[in-house]
Amino acid sequence: MKCRKCGSAAVLELRRHNAAFCGPDFLDFFRNQVREAIRKYRMFERDETVLVAVSGGKDSLALWDVLIDEGYRTQGLYLDLGIFDYSVQSRARCEAFAAGRGVPLLVRRVEEEVGAPVPVIKSVTRRPPCSGCGLSKRYLMNRVALDEGLPVVATGHNLDDEAATLFGSVMHWQTDALPRQSPALPSTHPKLVRRVKPLYRLSERETAAYAFLRKIDYIVEECPFAVGATSIAHKETLNRMEDASPGAKHNFLFGFLDKARGAFERAEAVTLNECTRCGQVTTGTLCAFCKLADQVKRSG
Amino acid sequence: MKVLLRNPRREVDVVGNRRVKDVLRDLAILPETVLVIRGDDLITADQMVADTDTIELRPVMSGGSPGGRPSPP
Repeated sequence: MKCRKCGSAAVLELRRHNAAFCGPDFLDFFRNQVREAIRKYRMFERDETVLVAVSGGKDSLALWDVLIDEGYRTQGLYLDLGIFDYSVQSRARCEAFAAGRGVPLLVRRVEEEVGAPVPVIKSVTRRPPCSGCGLSKRYLMNRVALDEGLPVVATGHNLDDEAATLFGSVMHWQTDALPRQSPALPSTHPKLVRRVKPLYRLSERETAAYAFLRKIDYIVEECPFAVGATSIAHKETLNRMEDASPGAKHNFLFGFLDKARGAFERAEAVTLNECTRCGQVTTGTLCAFCKLADQVKRSG
Repeated sequence: MKVLLRNPRREVDVVGNRRVKDVLRDLAILPETVLVIRGDDLITADQMVADTDTIELRPVMSGGSPGGRPSPP
């Protein structure tokens, strides 16, 4: 198999693009896709510092790597979830990456912020572990950005993540969730920072290949709590569709973004309030994060 | 050849010289879900792997979310 651009031996075939690339040309392709994502959704400007949420996995470290190479000012944020050896290993990957690139990394521990690590939150709430974990991460990413005076948080969500989320929403016709499915969510309140996903045009196989070719030491092992997660089942379904029809995931997500998302935008905006305890944004009076912290406290 | 798999980490033997795509098919692994690594290199599905080689099939899937819903404000 030959590289589409230079004709030398290819290292990666991208069936959905009917193309194969050598290492250097694939890295160019990858960076171009990130540039296009940032440009199309005006995710951030050159004079803004981007808070990059990193987990130690391939996606977020690949994202951080590209943004650094593209000359953006970045600040890493690692949220220590307290998930046994998985968190120890993933934190070490983030710290080594930051030290190697000479970029700043903030670390926050969920245990300190919520009152317990994710495994305890899981047993206290009796909900899927990803539920309390996701809630804590979204809250803390926004709060840290505000505390640091940063206008935007970038996460490593890729095309597969976004297609699986869309699939889950459509399967249950969660029409309230569909307008929020976007590569860039603007700040709709002074205490909500922008949230952007510069990797949404790239599949997770492509981000893994980028991380491998760039020799990024990322954690390959899966989060122990992700086993059996609904989104993983959705990804598996979509991958079977992709195998039968290359480009299926891309067409599903991009078709939604280009043609359908607007139809689900609500006529009336949701009223946003400030949590009576912590001051962060909520649609109620006490935010979900403070309720979770209360629940943890009561159990202890 | 030796084939290294992850999550959980394990090793299987595949007999003979084979193309990557045939190894994947025999192990019921979709090409979209793995990187195929030989030594320090990625290799494509049409490449031959010798009986004496070792390859790693590194999974690329990550994540886990509460039903895959987009996050609320």
